[in-house]
Amino acid sequence: MFGTFFITGDPLILGAQVSIGLVSLAAIFIVTYFKKWKWLWTEWITTVDHKKIGIMYILAAILMLFRGGVDALLIRTQLALPHLEFLHAGHYNAIFTTHGVIMILFMAMPFMFGLFNIAVPLQIGARDVAYPYLNSLSFWLFFIGAMLFNISFVIGGSPDAGWLAYPPLSELSGSPGIGQNFYIWGIQISGIGSLASGINFVATILKMRAPGMKLMRMPMFTWSVLASSLTIMFAFPILTVTMAMLFLDRFLGAHFFTLDGGGNPMMYVNLIWMWGHPEVYIVILPAFGIFSDIVSTFAKKKLFGYKSMVFALMSISILSFFTWLHHFFTMGSGADVNAFFAITTMVIAIPTGVKVFNWLFTLYKGRINFSQPMLWTIAFIPCFVIGGMTGVMLAVAPADFQFHNSYFLIAHFHQVLIGGVVFGYFAGMYYWWPKMFGFKLDEKIGKWAFWFWNIGFYVCFMPQYALGLMGMTRRFNNYDTDLGWLPLNIVSTVGAFIMGLGFLFQIWQIVYSLRNHKKEKTGDAWDGRSLEWSIPSPAPMYNFARLPQVSSQDEWWEEKERRAAGVPVEPAQPLEPIHMPKNSGIPFIASIFWFIFGFGLVWDWLWMAIPGFIGIVVTLFARSFSFDTDYYIPVDEVRRSEEAALKGAK
Amino acid sequence: MSQAVSHGSHGHGHDDHGHHDQESLKVFGFWLFLITDVLLFGTVFATYIVLHHNTNGGPTPKELFEMPGVIWETFILLTSSFTSGLAVLQMHKGNKKGLIGWLIITVLLGLSFLTLEITEFVNMANEGATISTSAFLSSFFTLVGTHGLHVTVGSFWIIGVIIQLARHGITDVTKRKVTITSLYWHFLDVVWIFVLTIVYLWG
Repeated sequence: MFGTFFITGDPLILGAQVSIGLVSLAAIFIVTYFKKWKWLWTEWITTVDHKKIGIMYILAAILMLFRGGVDALLIRTQLALPHLEFLHAGHYNAIFTTHGVIMILFMAMPFMFGLFNIAVPLQIGARDVAYPYLNSLSFWLFFIGAMLFNISFVIGGSPDAGWLAYPPLSELSGSPGIGQNFYIWGIQISGIGSLASGINFVATILKMRAPGMKLMRMPMFTWSVLASSLTIMFAFPILTVTMAMLFLDRFLGAHFFTLDGGGNPMMYVNLIWMWGHPEVYIVILPAFGIFSDIVSTFAKKKLFGYKSMVFALMSISILSFFTWLHHFFTMGSGADVNAFFAITTMVIAIPTGVKVFNWLFTLYKGRINFSQPMLWTIAFIPCFVIGGMTGVMLAVAPADFQFHNSYFLIAHFHQVLIGGVVFGYFAGMYYWWPKMFGFKLDEKIGKWAFWFWNIGFYVCFMPQYALGLMGMTRRFNNYDTDLGWLPLNIVSTVGAFIMGLGFLFQIWQIVYSLRNHKKEKTGDAWDGRSLEWSIPSPAPMYNFARLPQVSSQDEWWEEKERRAAGVPVEPAQPLEPIHMPKNSGIPFIASIFWFIFGFGLVWDWLWMAIPGFIGIVVTLFARSFSFDTDYYIPVDEVRRSEEAALKGAK
Repeated sequence: MSQAVSHGSHGHGHDDHGHHDQESLKVFGFWLFLITDVLLFGTVFATYIVLHHNTNGGPTPKELFEMPGVIWETFILLTSSFTSGLAVLQMHKGNKKGLIGWLIITVLLGLSFLTLEITEFVNMANEGATISTSAFLSSFFTLVGTHGLHVTVGSFWIIGVIIQLARHGITDVTKRKVTITSLYWHFLDVVWIFVLTIVYLWG
């Protein structure tokens, strides 16, 4: 049993095991040395404050970006030269599988939820999300799911059936090891958290808006979060069911997707893409929202075409559910079906095009300030347009028989995911960083990071379009010299390492800025337009001492205009005690039980899974039976904190 | 959707987020959860519809299903839905005893439904019809089992709410909890109607 517990015999993995062990020990030592355990528990682990949860999400996402990035560099290293023996075939399979899963589910998703948490309640003038406790539970479920997935790398073996784990390869017949179980439970547990977050933000945006904040007055980022969260609500249950069925196949010998017993592997492929395609729009929509807010802030203009922007977001959200089959045009669905899905896929380009022109028209004749968030936005527009165009090429079903699973496809989706999602979230991170911590990230190092990322991106992925057309398919771990793929592969590998440098610069930038920064005192770092810039940075625990009264789009901008014009200010409402949720340790404890439960099922150890399950149930009841979950911040305390913030601003 | 929007645009014009507002917000959230649960069941139903012809030489729906038991199950579950409705009526009258009484009857009916279902499953397994026999049976057990799992969760949940009612009486919070559990219970009833139609009556 324990003979297969730790992965042994591979120097790369051994190195990783040793470094993980050392880093964990170092972290424990540092926290103990500085006596920070209590602080960690009361301020972070048990917090239900959306701002702190957002920061934890983004920290986790950066950690996972590192892990997924290392995977990517290993892949590119293996492919740099023909017949390299850097990674053997099995190891290579595991690496590209974990790279895909981690980047989409454990990097993009938490980064996205982090930005949701940081910005949305502040943008709509709310004191927190609709369900702060559930928010904390969502975070911990995501985190523990990600940890369960990552631990497979040193314990038991990583999944290696591709990032979407098509059967029959992912069935017991194709993957007898336990790696695939890690895949199922890592995704299942964090997926439950994501689904809960989706519900949470839909409720937040529909129910928690400040007085006068009509839907058509919301900042565009909030609109994009609504579109994305609705998509989560409709897509993620499909993932839950699909993973559960794959698990039943592997665990109880069911026949959903097996080749024998009447199972139907194509059913899995359909189901996973019915979730998977909406999923990629789930992660891109918020990026669109971030760009919309940034262009209007940095061009000092109202967003062009607000209504069409909302319409575009919502139509993309709906259309995303009608394009899943374009991922397997070559699987023999017939011409009629292929034609339908080809058309729906191309139709998506229309709302996306509308958005691009809206951004361009917003920038037109604006007084543009090229700070970091704007730089990433400027970089995104051409990059995403090219990526989108190749997407439309891929949507041509007959042509897809050539493109399918080639490096042309790889280049396409990396272009929209890096050039769209990653650039978007970076832009959002730089944009809201002052709101999170009260200072801006260093511009100079940021510019270095920006150029490394961008140049590296084109050097890495443009050759891959050509390689795809030259016939190079994905998921090969080596190739022959006489195919002529060598030069472009070397170029591509160099580009990947340049992007890695860009990431290192960002880490340096964050560390450097933590030590050397100018405090940003006004709370309005970029001369912003929406409500989050109307309060101090970092925001007080209760966000708004008085709920703002909203009368227009870009409320904070209008307010500043009114103040400049000397319009008499209405007398402020008297302060009232503020109702707040209490911190709770239950989400964290519940996530530990989820881990025990998941780990037990991965290894087929019922003696471990059953106590874990009982623990989960107990935490549910413990929460249900606790009635003392809220408190009020007294008026005096609010007044003190507001006065302190005013003093700081002077 | 439009309804939700119209709700959102007013309703908290005051700085004070009172408890009442909190409770209605939680009920709204539960409606959203039910939407996702519909999607979950929809996916399982779709799988059943795709796979239910693939009997792999094992028993077919015709050979397997025994209708008398199923009719009893249906009757019991529909009655429990009715009794949970009566419980909510008693709650609005402020009658704690009546409320708890009807909830207990609801749980008992739920548990008898489960007993019948588990008996049915065990009989099938004894006849050699298990989850690993064929794709049809995999999807059948998963679909009906998912519903059964929901009923199990609901039963324990209502028991928890009964204990809280006994302790705290009818307050805004416990009212909200009864409202949510009864929503859930009715929802399971509706799902069962679909199970009955698509699985048993078609079979």
